[in-house]
Amino acid sequence: MINVIVELSKYTILTLMIVYTFHSFFMVMRQDREEERHHLGRQRTMIFFIDTISFMVIYLKTWNIMVLIYYGAVLIFFVIIQILYRIFYRKASFLLLNNMCMLLSVGFIMLCRLDLDAAFKQLLIVAGVSVFSLVIPVMIRKMRFLNKLTWIYAGIGVILLAAVFLLAQTSYGAKLSIMGIQPSEAIKITFVFFMASMLWKNVSFKKVIQVTLIAALHVGILVLSRDLGSAVIYFVVYLVLIYTATRHAGYLLLGAAGGSAASVVAYHLFGHVRQRVSAWRDPMAVYEKEGYQIVQSLFAIGTGGWFGMGLCQGSPLKIPVVKNDFIFSAICEELGGIFAICLILVCMSFFLVIVGISMRIKNPFYKLIALGLGTEYAFQVFLTIGGATKFIPLTGVTLPLVSYGGSSIASTLLMLAIIQGLYIVREDEDLESERHRKDAAKKLRERNAAREKYYSEA
Amino acid sequence: MQRKNYENEMLREKNITPKRKQKRNKEYTFVSVFFVLIFMSLIGYLIYFNIEKSEEFINSPYNTRQDTFSDRVIRGKIMSSDGQVLAETEVYDDGTEHRYYPYYNVFSHVIGYDSNGKSGLESEANFQLLTSHSFFIDQMRNEFSGKKNMGDTVISTLDASLQSKAYYALGDRRGAIVALEPSTGKIRAMVSKPDFDPNTIAEQYQYLISDSNSSNLLNRATNGAYPPGSTFKVVTALDYYRTNGTMDGYQYLCNGSITEGTHTINCYNNTVHGAENLYQSFAYSCNCAFADMALRLGGKSLNNTAQSLLFNRELPLETYRSSTFGLSDSSPRPLIMQTSIGQGNTLVSPMHMALITSAIANKGVLMKPTLIDSVQNDAGEVISTQRPEAYKRLLSAQEASVLGEMMEGVVSYGTATSLSGLGYTVAGKTGSAEYDEEGHSHSWFIGYCNTDNPDLVVAIIVEGGGTGSEAAVPIAQEIFDEFYY
Repeated sequence: MINVIVELSKYTILTLMIVYTFHSFFMVMRQDREEERHHLGRQRTMIFFIDTISFMVIYLKTWNIMVLIYYGAVLIFFVIIQILYRIFYRKASFLLLNNMCMLLSVGFIMLCRLDLDAAFKQLLIVAGVSVFSLVIPVMIRKMRFLNKLTWIYAGIGVILLAAVFLLAQTSYGAKLSIMGIQPSEAIKITFVFFMASMLWKNVSFKKVIQVTLIAALHVGILVLSRDLGSAVIYFVVYLVLIYTATRHAGYLLLGAAGGSAASVVAYHLFGHVRQRVSAWRDPMAVYEKEGYQIVQSLFAIGTGGWFGMGLCQGSPLKIPVVKNDFIFSAICEELGGIFAICLILVCMSFFLVIVGISMRIKNPFYKLIALGLGTEYAFQVFLTIGGATKFIPLTGVTLPLVSYGGSSIASTLLMLAIIQGLYIVREDEDLESERHRKDAAKKLRERNAAREKYYSEA
Repeated sequence: MQRKNYENEMLREKNITPKRKQKRNKEYTFVSVFFVLIFMSLIGYLIYFNIEKSEEFINSPYNTRQDTFSDRVIRGKIMSSDGQVLAETEVYDDGTEHRYYPYYNVFSHVIGYDSNGKSGLESEANFQLLTSHSFFIDQMRNEFSGKKNMGDTVISTLDASLQSKAYYALGDRRGAIVALEPSTGKIRAMVSKPDFDPNTIAEQYQYLISDSNSSNLLNRATNGAYPPGSTFKVVTALDYYRTNGTMDGYQYLCNGSITEGTHTINCYNNTVHGAENLYQSFAYSCNCAFADMALRLGGKSLNNTAQSLLFNRELPLETYRSSTFGLSDSSPRPLIMQTSIGQGNTLVSPMHMALITSAIANKGVLMKPTLIDSVQNDAGEVISTQRPEAYKRLLSAQEASVLGEMMEGVVSYGTATSLSGLGYTVAGKTGSAEYDEEGHSHSWFIGYCNTDNPDLVVAIIVEGGGTGSEAAVPIAQEIFDEFYY
């Protein structure tokens, strides 16, 4: 009997997810307020039902009352965060907010199924950071001097990363954290601020050199700490921001060439890079060693097929660190390949919303920040999903908002709050320009009327 | 005129803002298009993986996930192509299950076992056997009444009567037999001895794995490592053809032995073959001629040809042992001579020799060998059918035809004349592979029947069986007889 329910829930959850995804894309194509409100409402309904059905199924499979309590807590959190935004930030992007809730939902569901303790811990961190980050949009609006702190950002970044390199314990072959906190997650933000404050006004060659040196310092320390995932993300952000700020495609080509050369050097210099590549080329051949993780991940994705095994019906716990780096594989196994494709599309729409915001901002400093943070998000999604599916070598990064991990989720929520802040600033700009436009139109009309009059008289 | 100016002015005012905006955001558009492509490639790869690659991973013997399926599915049957049950699960009244193999030891390695790990077809088809495509209303009813669904039936390509014949023909000797259809790659029989009874594998397991002397669990057909003996002359002859573009023009005067420096190679029993061309030296299996030929060809050339026939390469099989071959131009000359007649360091599995023979029989194209013919649900409706699939062209049609001609000579006037004058035609090559200093040898035969349109390829090895014609050739005849009569 329960099997029938689980089986049916699989298709219901999938259908809800597909509908949600459609709504996200309808909204990327901007429509009027009324229609937008309609789509947003639909999306919230989908999230609610996906959560309800999923947690019910997990409860039926485990008979653990804590699952229901967790479900209640998740629901309360979503309601509160939606209400708080409506009270404090009526001008925020609610599509971004919905997408955030959707991705968090998928994460909460999977964590609840994989490790209930971790799920509670994650919810606690998310709630705490979300409440704290409510002040960030205000800060963005008030703190007009943020674009002058260039060398402070650079200093914080380099010093903290160096501290990790010198002090941190090695775990899973990489030096990542001090006292459970991963500074590289937070420095993703300061790094973008550094780049933006350096490049927003003018982009002399001297500045490009300075930026390049500081960025190379960041990336270099990360490579030495064996945090390859972060190193690659920083590098891509560097490329994208240099390109958009200078508008020279040449830098892109130069950077891509430099990056490729650096990868080849790193491959020959570092054993851990070679291991990753050999595990990617033929994981079965090194199954007993570095190939084990990726092979287990592919077993999970393959076994899940298009429709998945159903929640609590697979064995995702066979994948080492499934909660962090391989949550996507667990999603594929239990919720299915089509659900996973929808998830990728939601991540894509998430990214497009961020770029859309950055395109409409006029302040060049904010523009670069929004684009930089969006790039970090998108590229991290690419690294983690590509790694788990063996599309690219494994780099060991988390799926933002979905994976377990305090530092990762905290920094992603902060990034989102910053982007919301920028969105609100943009709405302010819009209002202002709207007023200007109206004034101008009025003047034009008056002038035209005068001219018409003049010509007709003549 | 003035009016016109005024309109232009209006147009310009309208256009200025959007144009500038577009220009300013060109880079942003480029970046977002780039990332959209990246996301699309992720999706594309996931779809590709699910369609193309996932099967390979699902069916991997390392994948233990499907074992949880057995909580809800009764493991399906394995049937032979001629309708015999080869393995089935019996469910007792108390719900306990037992896997029953009606043929006991006959199919032991190729069908394999399902307790203490998995092997053979039980491992390869694990996913299908534990997946149920029962009629969905039956499935629903089972779900509601808490019963298990019946797993799918795997119809194998194995022919129970041919397998039995091969099994008993080998008798209590050690060795292996492979029989397959060259045009489709369907494996019709695969025997390896010594063997075991899969019905009692659980009780015997400790004993079986501790007995390294007989290694009963090893499938010698796919994982055996034997010197190929004179069957390797197929490779040497092919290399000669590739180097010279023809088999004609080679002449050799055999006086029973050939000496290079201090190293001497003899023909079997020191037989003096006299003047012979390449066809004759192949048919009589003249070691001296081939050693002479190899010295002219050189190690590198032989190595290239061997690799083109998948030595030191992957084979298109689930489990196998890659065959090893190693020569270069700097190899010592005695080793080149030894290698050309299948001694030296070369090691090969009977399955690999069967695949080479099968490519020769199929105009040069190696078909992917397969054990699964189709999958049916418990009501006998076909769920999927395995289509014959070409793996690779190993040699040109011309090369295959010339080698076939040479192999026909072996049967009509060479070392396997006992296979001539039957109700069907045969082509093949015998071999005796020495494995110790006293001159004991394994008996080999590779070949196929119906030379015009080959029906069945066999590769047979009898450990310590002496020359090819002594032990392996009679088994080939029994198998071909069974196939036709």
